[in-house]
Amino acid sequence: MHIPDGYLGPATYGGLWAATAGLWVVASKRLKKTFKAAEVPLLALGAALSFVIMMFNVPVVGGTSGHATGAVLLAIVLGPWAAFISLSIALAVQALVFGDGGITTLGANCFNMAFAGAFAGYMLYRLVSAGGASRKRLLFSAGCGAYFGINVSALLTAVELGVQTIMYKGADGRPLYNPFPLKVTIPALMAGHLTVFGFVEAAFTVLSLAYILKAHPELVRTRT
Amino acid sequence: MKWNKKLWVPVVILVLLVPLGLWLPERFGAGGAWGEWAADGIKNIIGYVPRGLERTSGLWGNKTILPDYEVHGLGAYAGYLVSAAAGVAIVVAVSFLIGKALSFAGKGKKEKDRENGDK
Repeated sequence: MHIPDGYLGPATYGGLWAATAGLWVVASKRLKKTFKAAEVPLLALGAALSFVIMMFNVPVVGGTSGHATGAVLLAIVLGPWAAFISLSIALAVQALVFGDGGITTLGANCFNMAFAGAFAGYMLYRLVSAGGASRKRLLFSAGCGAYFGINVSALLTAVELGVQTIMYKGADGRPLYNPFPLKVTIPALMAGHLTVFGFVEAAFTVLSLAYILKAHPELVRTRT
Repeated sequence: MKWNKKLWVPVVILVLLVPLGLWLPERFGAGGAWGEWAADGIKNIIGYVPRGLERTSGLWGNKTILPDYEVHGLGAYAGYLVSAAAGVAIVVAVSFLIGKALSFAGKGKKEKDRENGDK
């Protein structure tokens, strides 16, 4: 899901960079009011966990591979805005230091995985857990949110990639950037995420949350 | 400042286990992630490299310090492990800088009280 440089044309990556930069500004304004200095290690922990879990590639036998992102877990523990910042740090380091995901496409990747994935999954988590906060209910809600969040990220990625063939064509009629149309990108990305990686994300989220509830239950509360 | 040691232990364990993330796809003959091929990977699939993609794809990826989580002179698994450790260290350092800048200004007394409460 880390879109490399070259797959998106300038209008797409520029627009998504602008959107993401605007969201970073919104996030920092909100965090300056709510984020406590004592929580800084937690922000670092989230970014570290997300960075390392993304290195655990899970194969779809004979096909491609993918991984969990931790987006919804971070949103549950840190709140979605701090999770967005935390995940953006992990994605930026992946792109800048390891060449995993492009520079031109870093805005898009942060938008898809760090923003949309975290917020969509977190909203579902809040919805499913509303009105009851038993341990089982929280874990179930977290699993639903995680599955949903990563699939929202995958769908956005597929759409951004797929529209390139409509937006950019050379004089010879050939695509200039990602060459695969929507009818290829959507099934290709969604097949893996709906059947395997969504469940990997859910399992990772539920197990981690269960551990956190045991080790530091005070960290898990509902906040906006 | 709270460190929550019990939560850092699993992160360290995951870093140590990270070669599994490289071994598993190899073991089951799975390729990389869909849509993350380099320019020549695209060529293998559709027979040519789209011109815009060719122009932009070499912008940064191969100029990084540890491209593809590989360390020059180390084997793939050792390099992956070193990359995970280095990546986590960098991510933590950057998070501290950004987190400090973002955490709210009214920290003086309140935070001291909280830290004292933690002991």
